Amino acid sequence: MRFAIPIVVLVGLLALLGYGLRLDPRVVPSPLIGKPAPAFDLPNLQGSARVTPLDLRGRPVLVNFFASWCAGCQVEHPVLMQLAHEYGVEIVGMDYKDTQEAAQQWLDRHGLPYRSVIADQQGTAGLDWGVYGVPETFVLGADGRILYKQIGPMTLEAWREHIAPLMTAGRAS
Amino acid sequence: MMRVASLVAALLMSLAVSVSFAAAIDPLPPLSGAQQEHYQQLISQLRCLVCQNQTIADSTAPLALDLREQVHRQIAEGRSDAQIRQYMTDRYGDFVLYKPQLKPRTILLWFGPFVLLALALITAVIFTRRSRRRPVPVAVDQQALQRLLSEEDGR
Repeated sequence: MRFAIPIVVLVGLLALLGYGLRLDPRVVPSPLIGKPAPAFDLPNLQGSARVTPLDLRGRPVLVNFFASWCAGCQVEHPVLMQLAHEYGVEIVGMDYKDTQEAAQQWLDRHGLPYRSVIADQQGTAGLDWGVYGVPETFVLGADGRILYKQIGPMTLEAWREHIAPLMTAGRAS
Repeated sequence: MMRVASLVAALLMSLAVSVSFAAAIDPLPPLSGAQQEHYQQLISQLRCLVCQNQTIADSTAPLALDLREQVHRQIAEGRSDAQIRQYMTDRYGDFVLYKPQLKPRTILLWFGPFVLLALALITAVIFTRRSRRRPVPVAVDQQALQRLLSEEDGR
């Protein structure tokens, strides 16, 4: 029993380090969770109307920051297509630091998962939403609050484990 | 005549393009000497979230450029250090600050290492004391000892 204490300490330390290894340092938790979506007033991609966070209220939506120049966005694109067209999820695209032509071409080539696309050409909304690398996806409840943020490409696992339950609950809020 | 007209049209168009380009990116307001110093100091205390071990002063990532521009504009507008820091943490969380603030949530971060050090020192002291403690003399049967020693000699 001489080694009881050192062994307990060692196991504790290993558990702590093991937990640390499973955390992804690239994922920085957003301070915006639980807060209302930051304000913006931007044109849609066609330039035919202006969009504000008020337009996103009333039902849960995904707000997906993407860009035609973003490699991770191509990776997640099939998942977004599936969510939109098979699961009927409302996804709003936020075209981040991009041009209208490039974004339109990109969407023509890869398909349109978005109910609507907002043009954030200067990245001002991105700044206010704390975006630090596209793709990033925010889950908004019906009351316009941010419920969750997916950093990096959307995956079906993330959808199933984190987002789908929030979207279902968000319908009620 | 047609050629002159098209040339003029082309010139006008390029002018229009350059004007709209200039309008899209408003120039940064100039900073005074003291503000410039303040700016340098502040950007070397904010973390670039893309290349996480660099400050936004060191990083060339587009995000760092945007954040530097924000700091620049806000300093030009006369906003205080605390306000600019608040602006950053509102968007990116405490991680954006290279030097975390001292508050209940960060107490473990600030003092945890010293607590661990103290624990390690205490443990070390206890263990060295324990091993230095002299063994308690045991009552020895002198006759038995003599017997054993003479047996040893007789061999």
